[in-house]
Amino acid sequence: MKHFTMAAMLIGALALSACDRNSRFGDDAATAGAGGIVPGSPSDPTSPAYFEQTIGDRVLFAVDQSTLSAEAQDVLAKQATWLMENPEFSAIVEGHADEQGTREYNLALGARRASAVQAYLIDRGVAPNRLRTVSYGKERPLAICSDESCYAQNRRAVTVLTAGAGTS
Amino acid sequence: MKPIRILIMALAIVGLTQTATHAQPLRIVIDEGVIEPLPVAIPTFVAAGGEAAQYAAEITRVIAADLTGTGLFREIPASAHISSVTSFDAPVAYADWKAINAQALVVGAVEMAGGGNLVIKFRLFDVFSGAALGEGLQFSGTVEGWRRIAHKVADVVYSRITGEGGYFDSRVVFVSEQGPKNARLKRLALMDYDGANVQFLTDSDDLVLAPRFSPTGDRVLYTSYETGRPQIYVLDVASVSRVALDTSGGNMTFAPRFSPDGQSVVFSLEQGGNTDVYTVGLDGSGMRRLTDAPSIETAPSFSPDGSRIVFESDRSGTQQLYVMPTSGGEAKRISFGPGRYGTPVWSPRGDLIAFTKQNAGRFHIGVMRTDGSEERLLTASFLDEGPTWSPNGRVIMFTRETQGESGAPALYSVDISGRNLRRVATPSAASDPAWGPLQN
Repeated sequence: MKHFTMAAMLIGALALSACDRNSRFGDDAATAGAGGIVPGSPSDPTSPAYFEQTIGDRVLFAVDQSTLSAEAQDVLAKQATWLMENPEFSAIVEGHADEQGTREYNLALGARRASAVQAYLIDRGVAPNRLRTVSYGKERPLAICSDESCYAQNRRAVTVLTAGAGTS
Repeated sequence: MKPIRILIMALAIVGLTQTATHAQPLRIVIDEGVIEPLPVAIPTFVAAGGEAAQYAAEITRVIAADLTGTGLFREIPASAHISSVTSFDAPVAYADWKAINAQALVVGAVEMAGGGNLVIKFRLFDVFSGAALGEGLQFSGTVEGWRRIAHKVADVVYSRITGEGGYFDSRVVFVSEQGPKNARLKRLALMDYDGANVQFLTDSDDLVLAPRFSPTGDRVLYTSYETGRPQIYVLDVASVSRVALDTSGGNMTFAPRFSPDGQSVVFSLEQGGNTDVYTVGLDGSGMRRLTDAPSIETAPSFSPDGSRIVFESDRSGTQQLYVMPTSGGEAKRISFGPGRYGTPVWSPRGDLIAFTKQNAGRFHIGVMRTDGSEERLLTASFLDEGPTWSPNGRVIMFTRETQGESGAPALYSVDISGRNLRRVATPSAASDPAWGPLQN
């Protein structure tokens, strides 16, 4: 459950810092999100919780790579379907890297990963104006140990839902 | 947050002492590999009055810390001194200093002047020649600036003995870090080169990365997530006000550095997952793309004459260093050893490029000539990165991060010979140092 809490914290941090943000899930939901609760139930196919937990909001990458594995493509195909069925949401794709790399390079690498996910979702039919990307490089690890078991979780791209039908 | 304004005036104290004229003056030649530090005696500066005595003791301590911190000097403790200095103008008891093998002697005096000012005089002596090394000097400045005056004295002593420019009266901008590894709070901070006088330039609301000083130290470029995605900002140090650098069209901008004339910025801009190197005027005018490749091009740094830019690229498959003309165009690869090379920084003397190297699971800070020859690794650890040069090109400061769940970054410095590795004291975890120029 730890990573869901973390994702919710990131949502909270972004919601506070993004000046061009839309309200993510309305004020009530944003408050709940900051407490670690994702809106809706994982068994309700239209809820963000279903997207995050049942489909899976993230894909993982090999060391220094931004290629999408077959497993990642499978998750992203389901994400694309969900996004098309739930047009009231948009998404920010966050790219991340593990700590084994220099800061600037990891920022660029995270951008590559986020962009690979974005391109795949667009290819699967999601409107480009509903998807934005951001890279955190190695600044926001999910798992904090210094070995491959953690690094593997940190080399990720996370599709974070936002309220709103996208920007033109 | 108003910075302390310091006016420091230096005056030569003339006609008081004969200076050395013999053929072999006291000298440390740094290039020849100093194994044995030069013994120096720095008796507590003579004070006129009680308040001055307090400053005299502190100033003497800072001067000694500056000199011994280089690894080139060893201070002979006061307990070993035979004679004491009670008057600035008294004749030097050379025999007493020779007897304890002090090769250099620094004698000084501190007095309070009107209007909250201090006056510091000092002389440097070559003990075995029995003569002064250079003229006596007098500095005056505000009491708040006492540490800066001490650094200036130490810079003169260092300069006269090594023949190199000093670096003690300089500042470092860095990222101060707090909190756990997965929710780190970061803010920009400024400090003296030795970790004193820390002041914060931003709060920790937004993630900030990699600040860089302008050539005159009046401005700082940095990257902030203030808008939700990484963007470059220009901060005015005196007023602590900042504006976004105008670089429209990209998804994220980062890795900025000033040109040597301070008028333009070289940086990375990412578009559709691809990162390249660009330049833009400090006022946002004349943006130009310098690289155009599907690979990652980032971490650009100007040569001090402004003619070339060194940067890293993974166009060969792994991160390597390349040099191109400032106008863009063909880039020449300069790194060829095993492993990956990143974060190149041109030295202020123009002769070397410092870099981060990753090889066989370890990180190193290293230097090479600007054509890539004579690579030397200066450090090795779990994670060393982001070198920055002292104003005289003799010392490199960098980030060292420890491993594991409680891992945290700290600032370290190392001589370009690879000796004298030291941790720089900071109030909390710290990363991404950028060394500013010698202050006026």
